Amino acid sequence: MATITLGIMDPPYESANTPTAFRLVEAAIRKGHNVNVFCYEGATALGYAGQKQHPNAVHGASLEEEDHPNPKDWVKALLAYAAEKQVKLVWCNCGLCVDERGVESQVEGVCRGSPVDAWKYCEASDGVILIGTE
Amino acid sequence: MARYLSIIDSAYRATIEEQDDTAVWFTHAMKNGGAEVSILLRGDAVNYAVTQQDAKGLRFGSRAVKGPDLVRDIKAVVEKKIPIYAVADDLAERGIVSTQLIPGVETLPRGAIAKLIEAHDRVLTW
Repeated sequence: MATITLGIMDPPYESANTPTAFRLVEAAIRKGHNVNVFCYEGATALGYAGQKQHPNAVHGASLEEEDHPNPKDWVKALLAYAAEKQVKLVWCNCGLCVDERGVESQVEGVCRGSPVDAWKYCEASDGVILIGTE
Repeated sequence: MARYLSIIDSAYRATIEEQDDTAVWFTHAMKNGGAEVSILLRGDAVNYAVTQQDAKGLRFGSRAVKGPDLVRDIKAVVEKKIPIYAVADDLAERGIVSTQLIPGVETLPRGAIAKLIEAHDRVLTW
């Protein structure tokens, strides 16, 4: 079992990098590895609890039919998946980035940290991936 | 009333989270509101016109994601009588042949883009 640290920067609803990051985390958990996720800048909004589903008139879909996949639900699902697989998933936000964006209300299980925490996660990891933004 | 042309180049940018392409969606919403709009797919976005694409099956833990249905969305654009074009040169560079395209999507050579722009009053580049 290895420990992996993954840095994410892109905000939700903006980039294909986000699903890629979630897929990497899911794959690592599935293979039994511990994962530290450090969200920096816009990525701190991924776990924002205020995200809401909506109907979609262009699709002709109700709220239930659209079943919009908000990333806060992906964060919750991955934290539950890690618990089920008995591996450790840390989902840590840059606290200052959270404050700047007013996204303090996060789903349960998400913590606050600093670049020093990110560095400590890296030091304690077998591998580090940073998916930077453009 | 002004005629609008949406030129879409950026492709599959946030389609998993949005469940559609936001530029296609925005243009369709303009049409629903009464605007006169057309769409030009260029660059990687020409793949939106391919009929056999399928992004379903993604799942994060217990959360299944339906995924975007670009075929549904482009077919809806065609049914809405929104003229939609794809740049033939960009299709050819990606190995996409005309039989793979959603019926109703017109192709035009890169050299014809200027004339298409001339035929519209306002251009939105995405």
